[in-house]
Amino acid sequence: MHPFAYVAPKTVSEAVSVLAEHGDRARPLAGGTDLLVKARANVWDLDAVVDVKNIPELMSLSINGAGLSIGAGVPCCQVYEHKDIQEQYPGIIDGASIIGGIQIQSRAGLGGNLCNAAPSGDGIPALIAYSAVAKISGPNGNREVAVEDFATGPSRTVLENGELLTSIEIPKPAANSGAAYTRFIPRNEMDIAVAGVGVFVQLDSEGKKFESARIALASVGPTPILAQKAGDSLAGKPVNDESIASAASLAKDAASPITDMRGTVDQRKHLVEVLTGRMLNQAIERARG
Amino acid sequence: MVATYETKNDYKVVGNTPIRHDGLDKVTGRAVYGGDVKAPGLIWGEVLRSPHAHARIKKIDTSTAEAMDGVFAVLTHSDFPTVDEREVSTGEDVVNLKRDQSNIMANKKVHYKGHVVAAVAAVDRNTAQQAANVIKVEYEVLSPISNVDDAMADDAPIILEGLVGDHLGEEVENTNVATIFRHEFGDVDNAFANSDIVIERTVSMSMIHQGYIEPHNATAIWAEDGNVTVWSSTQGSFGVRAQTAGMIGVPESKVRVNYVEIGGGFGGKTKVYLAPVAALLSRKSGGRPVKLIMDRSSIFEATGPAPGGKIRMKIGATKDGKITAADTDIMLESGGYPGSAVGAAGLCVFACYNLPASKITGYDVLVNKPKSAAYRAPGSPQASFAIETVIDEICEKGGFDKIQFRLENAAKEGTRRGDGVQFIRVGLEECLESAKESDHWKSPIGDAPEGKARGRGVASAYWMNGGGKSTCDLMLQDDGTVMMNEGSADIGGTRTSIAMQAAEVLGIPIEDFHPSIPDTDSIGFTGVTGGSRTTYATGLAAYNAAHKLVDELKGRLADLWETETANIKFNEGTFTANGDSIGIQELAGKLDPTGGSATATASVNLAEAGNAYGVHICDLEVDLATGKTDVIRYTAIQDVGKAVHPQYAEGQIQGGVVQGLGWALNEEYFITDDGAMANRSFLDYRMPTSLDMPMIDTIMVEVPNPLHPYGVRGVGEVPISPPLSAAAQAIKEATGKSYYELPVKPGRILEALNND
Ligand SMILES: Cc1cc2nc3c(=O)[nH]c(=O)nc-3n(C[C@H](O)[C@H](O)[C@H](O)COP(=O)(O)OP(=O)(O)OC[C@H]3O[C@@H](n4cnc5c(N)ncnc54)[C@H](O)[C@@H]3O)c2cc1C
Repeated sequence: MHPFAYVAPKTVSEAVSVLAEHGDRARPLAGGTDLLVKARANVWDLDAVVDVKNIPELMSLSINGAGLSIGAGVPCCQVYEHKDIQEQYPGIIDGASIIGGIQIQSRAGLGGNLCNAAPSGDGIPALIAYSAVAKISGPNGNREVAVEDFATGPSRTVLENGELLTSIEIPKPAANSGAAYTRFIPRNEMDIAVAGVGVFVQLDSEGKKFESARIALASVGPTPILAQKAGDSLAGKPVNDESIASAASLAKDAASPITDMRGTVDQRKHLVEVLTGRMLNQAIERARG
Repeated sequence: MVATYETKNDYKVVGNTPIRHDGLDKVTGRAVYGGDVKAPGLIWGEVLRSPHAHARIKKIDTSTAEAMDGVFAVLTHSDFPTVDEREVSTGEDVVNLKRDQSNIMANKKVHYKGHVVAAVAAVDRNTAQQAANVIKVEYEVLSPISNVDDAMADDAPIILEGLVGDHLGEEVENTNVATIFRHEFGDVDNAFANSDIVIERTVSMSMIHQGYIEPHNATAIWAEDGNVTVWSSTQGSFGVRAQTAGMIGVPESKVRVNYVEIGGGFGGKTKVYLAPVAALLSRKSGGRPVKLIMDRSSIFEATGPAPGGKIRMKIGATKDGKITAADTDIMLESGGYPGSAVGAAGLCVFACYNLPASKITGYDVLVNKPKSAAYRAPGSPQASFAIETVIDEICEKGGFDKIQFRLENAAKEGTRRGDGVQFIRVGLEECLESAKESDHWKSPIGDAPEGKARGRGVASAYWMNGGGKSTCDLMLQDDGTVMMNEGSADIGGTRTSIAMQAAEVLGIPIEDFHPSIPDTDSIGFTGVTGGSRTTYATGLAAYNAAHKLVDELKGRLADLWETETANIKFNEGTFTANGDSIGIQELAGKLDPTGGSATATASVNLAEAGNAYGVHICDLEVDLATGKTDVIRYTAIQDVGKAVHPQYAEGQIQGGVVQGLGWALNEEYFITDDGAMANRSFLDYRMPTSLDMPMIDTIMVEVPNPLHPYGVRGVGEVPISPPLSAAAQAIKEATGKSYYELPVKPGRILEALNND
């Protein structure tokens, strides 16, 4: 590591211009819980870090009739301590509350989790399941990208030179819906997902039939994965073990993991199937209230 | 001659739980650790490490680094003096200076990834890092050896060129096996032939790291007058002195090692990695103080872990539950240089059992991994896993109760250990009896929730404990308090447990003691805090010093009272003679006319120690769909001799259990095909966290050690050993599958379950 500039702009446009000026020799800094680790490991050669925490827009957290808006710099603890989010978005809470311990959660945010683009990012599958959208500002204006399309590879995203994530927008969940996320780790905490599954289900008013579902996977591919077929397979199906098992099996097919120190291909595919079943059951329970 | 003692049981101080003297400074952050050391004009050192696990160094070009602004010195192996193949004692084990010198800075070859090849001193840490990175090293990359089988293969590349192996007394060249030794008695083959049950298994286990929180560090000044001053986190300052002086080629008397607090060692901070480098950098930098701190990945990659390896184990028994014979081959990975814990493993492996016939063969095997070092009961956990796995199967096959079988075959006073040594009074039987009567053993394990299964495992283990050299000085101050200097690095509250033993003799409240640990110029030789020796040996030095102090005070009092020393009695802090009486603390204020403050010093050198045994019971739950394990109940029963400070003794047992469970369940060196440790961070080196552990119950059995006045035995090490097998047997019971490879991680359990 060598000395670098610390820049703390107050507006998005200032941040964009600093980032654009330095190109890949500058990085936005949200909670810094990934950035500092990588900077110290000399993953990048940085001239500047651009702290986004002084930009009001990126620090705002709001929930209303249209949905939930999470500023890119909002730390996890603000998200999971928010009463309305707890009530309406339990799947988001599942993810936000297991990212690191209390110290990490007081800094780390879902925005940083998404931009870090780790296949194992615990915040991401639930966002995908909830059909969240990433709002981006850059030298050429603003654009929106579905969260499932945001990461393009390990540590790679759709962000172009000078672009910045400003917020994550999550639509208001439909009535009779529920969501859940979990990961498998060998320990009980402070570990990286061997496999993770986030699901969202919308049931009919009696809670007996699936209207729609979305299933997203972590740590079983180069990016978090939307298991589209697995989720779609549930639409119109009765809520029973058979529908769940067949969706879980499709989710397993959607996983394309590798074998490494954290797990093997077979183990991870098996875990996706097990966790998908468990999360669907939990989401159904939540949907039924 | 070995002194033996009759112990009593009505202590005033020993057995209580006073607050530790170093507690306040440690919880407030005031305590000074190696990383806190500052000195005027301090500059920073950094090392360059090999990216290859096995390679020949063809050329090192340091010119760019040397020319950099802010760089004071660059160091390679050629800057080290030539030293002989001499061995020095660290107070517990011995270090081969020449090999360790090559271990801390590679000479011609690198033996593992992370092996240091050069070092730099510069004005600040970043500059030092950048300078280290521009040193150009040309390597000829060789194929790495990652396990004992590959190392022992006929065509294996030779790691340590020039090594002459000692194979059962024969000199062998071109080998990766530094030593093969054997202990044998009785006719093993004949005994197996006459056994009703014979089981033979081969188990294996991964290399494991101690995982102490505080990184290795060193600061050194090599002054113009040739005196070298060192600060370094260590379990033993005298070991640092011997190793540093030896490797930099100066007499030990020229090196002064200052005591700094230590943030964990577990055996891994007995070896020196940075202090000689810091010293040589300081000399090359004109005597500036140079400081180095290791990062975590380097600690994993390049500082002594516990060896992994492979153990073949064969045990025979009669149908009525008597062991007939045991035969084992223990092959442990020494790492890049010779010297694994296989010797100690050979002493421990059969030490829980009374065997009619025994054969132990040990292999010390080099592999391209970091040079192994001591880790809590070195060699005992591996050995315990091997034998207890097979004993468990014998019990199942013969239908024997697992504790009763162990009781009927238990080692006791007079039993011969595998190497022939006869045990003094030991407490294994008492531990087994206590296990049998424990609430845990008597309680049913309970039903598992749906989708999960439970199992219970039991295992025992042995560790011999250490004696060795220690020194303690006492000075009774005018106000009745006692200044105590002792040479043992304080790990786990040893300042206090040592002072308590002097306090017991003197009848002075422990709160009135001021224990300190001075530098190596200011206290007599004291070996490392290791081998579970400190409370026993340094405690005995304190006990002896206290008795000398009492004798000294009797002499002074004889002057004051104008009587004969022999007339003065001392009991529980009060001197009496001819109707006069005075408390020791009151007397302290009246010593001026008799010659001022009274002092006493004592050094001990103990050839023997009291052996330690542990018997553990582990209940564990397995998620059958994911292979995840959770320990749900754990009881560790151990003969502690005498718990001087029961909370600290219990803390040692609990800490040992946690480390043993980590080894059993998740910890491993995950080695890639090119010989690198893939999981070189605390994120992926999966040590248990507090959330993974249940409350660990302890039952402390006190069978006094006859070699110590209070019956103290070493406590800290043996508890790491039984968890390996206890956990594995619990998983076996839960899943119906046997596990012969550690760690029994979720992936392995799933594989076993899905292989039906
Ligand atoms: C001890 C520890 C435990 C952890 N445990 C977990 C865990 O359990 N699960 C998990 O998923 N992660 C974990 N992490 C990783 C990390 O905490 C999370 O990924 C976290 O969500 C990152 O958020 P942050 O705000 O700290 O991001 P930062 O570190 O600030 O940023 C992360 C990356 O995103 C970029 N970035 C940040 N903000 C923006 C923006 N607005 N626009 C564009 N790019 C941006 C940064 O340049 C950087 O590359 C852990 C980390 C640590 C140190």
